[in-house]
Amino acid sequence: MKKLITLSAASCLVAGFFNSVTANEFEVRGNIEFQARYFTEDPLFSTQEDSYLSVAAAPEFFWSWNDGKDSLEFVPSARVDQHDDERTHMDIRELGWIHVGDSWESRIGVRRVFWGVTEFQHLVDIINQSDSVEDVDNEDKLGQPMVNLSLVQDWGIVDLFLMPYFRERTFAGAEGRPGLPFINSDYVVYESNDEQNHNDWAIRWAQSIGDYEIALSWFDGTGREPILIPHPELITIPEQPVLVPYYQQISQLGFELQANIEDILWKLEVIHNENNLENYWAMQGGFEYSFYGINDSNADLGWLVEYGYDDRGENGGSNFQNDLFLGARLALNDVDSTELLAGLSYDLDYESTSLLVEASRRFGNNFKLSLDVRMFEVDDVADSMYLFRNDDHIQLTAQYYY
Amino acid sequence: MKPLKLGLLLLATSVSFSTYAYAESAEEKGLRISTEAKQKDLGWNDSQAEMEMLLKNQHGETSVRQMRIKSMEQENDGDKSLTIFDSPHDVKGTAFLSFSHPTSNDEQWLYLPALKRVKRISSRNKSGSFMGSEFSFEDLTSFEIEKYDYKYIKDEEFNNLDCYVVEQYPRDKYSGYKRRIVWIDKAELRTQKTDFYDRKDSLLKTLTFSDYKKYLDKFWRASKLEMINHQSGKSTLLTWKNYRFQEGLDEADFNKNALKRAR
Repeated sequence: MKKLITLSAASCLVAGFFNSVTANEFEVRGNIEFQARYFTEDPLFSTQEDSYLSVAAAPEFFWSWNDGKDSLEFVPSARVDQHDDERTHMDIRELGWIHVGDSWESRIGVRRVFWGVTEFQHLVDIINQSDSVEDVDNEDKLGQPMVNLSLVQDWGIVDLFLMPYFRERTFAGAEGRPGLPFINSDYVVYESNDEQNHNDWAIRWAQSIGDYEIALSWFDGTGREPILIPHPELITIPEQPVLVPYYQQISQLGFELQANIEDILWKLEVIHNENNLENYWAMQGGFEYSFYGINDSNADLGWLVEYGYDDRGENGGSNFQNDLFLGARLALNDVDSTELLAGLSYDLDYESTSLLVEASRRFGNNFKLSLDVRMFEVDDVADSMYLFRNDDHIQLTAQYYY
Repeated sequence: MKPLKLGLLLLATSVSFSTYAYAESAEEKGLRISTEAKQKDLGWNDSQAEMEMLLKNQHGETSVRQMRIKSMEQENDGDKSLTIFDSPHDVKGTAFLSFSHPTSNDEQWLYLPALKRVKRISSRNKSGSFMGSEFSFEDLTSFEIEKYDYKYIKDEEFNNLDCYVVEQYPRDKYSGYKRRIVWIDKAELRTQKTDFYDRKDSLLKTLTFSDYKKYLDKFWRASKLEMINHQSGKSTLLTWKNYRFQEGLDEADFNKNALKRAR
């Protein structure tokens, strides 16, 4: 009782100054962005354009009460695209209630969860569906309805997930670019009769042991990665069947390891996927090495090398079946946080290359400007990336943060 | 023959330095002063405060960084701390969890809210700039006795305070410094000034501490820390506000779940 009184007295005292642990807290933040994309070559498909403008917003509302032991987070997100009806979309990224107990935490509602350690591909990360229309790198995720119980033990953190509703991947529409107009995501085929209402579940154990980060996970349910299958009837382009997403039932075992040995960060992700079509395993691994304060300046330069392998090979469902990745990240550490990131992926089977250069800096306290350049060099018709061979583009994004 | 010569030499040395025979060596004195200063500051358990950094470049342009820091003392180990960034706005919600260890590698994680990702980062990034400021990561981690070798240099007055001047040599090969020279006031054993020498042993930065305030009638904390980089002409003024001690933070406030929840 005494402890309770002291605690609440303390939190009252703090309330006026500190905007975190206090009772009945409300906070809004977020960003608004304006984006322009310009494609340097003529489109492969007549429905596509050369330039695209879009605006997007993602406000974040946050409430907390009970001395921060309970909180509610609401993050809607929306984008309006000049041409692509599919990219003009809304989503609830987060709408969840978090309750913190002594050595456990429950998180109930729509949420985003990230698993993994590598940079160029996220094999183990399976809880959320990709919001592919946002960007081709699939880093943006759709909110996933879930009940998540997190248990903190001396031997690690165990997370249990129950996911009662499936989110379909977003695909660019006929006018969208980069995009494949012959994919029609309005039609979806499921392996399970429960379709979108299949109960998926997952468990993950993660632990830090000295210089090592280790995690093991198991997922059982509807695979997030769709297989594109021809629709039996629909045909829009002559002799090109319409492809529709097919979602399998899968069980996936995931393993993550990061080892910070001396000044090199070693990273490895391995998955084994069991399904009714073709079981497979895949890995992504490599290392990161950084130079700090190059040439007696504040600038840091990091090098990234990774390799991706998928045992389904060239004809399997992965773009990174035998691919090498190289990256360099230059952070000037100036007042405007100027950063330059260059990433290259090279397909050792198809000998195709894709290149990404991202430059960003802050203007004042609230604005951030990013310039992205993406280039695809693909010559092999059999490479699925061949369909993006004309989609080199420059993207300018201006963001206002509040 | 040889041992005899050496014996004579030793005898000669001990005679000529006999006045210091019972005094401690400069190394021992440096270690003692630093240990006493560290000991004097033990027992604060946990603290929370707000920090503001005013970055100034050589052209006089400024930029502000704001963050909140929670820290917790560990028995026989380095401190744990959680830093939550509030400004600039694009990094709002980014959080940094650090477990400092006296002899083994520090453990550090960064939470990136846009990706919902917790990243274990390299504790070798000691010399790297913290948030574009003139403070490096190692300047901001907790001071542990085992991290340095010591040497007492002299007594000197600084800011009208009678100070010990002690040299500290980082043991970690990844430190950005060859040595630091620290001015510690004799009365309260508070660090008043630190000179940082880079790996080439030229003066890189000077940090001055001011506006010391006493908390819980025992623990001194400087409210203002000014770091001047002599080589680049840039500087960072760090201001601490609203220090609070012993409000019952525990281990659960410093794990990866707490990091993801940090706001």
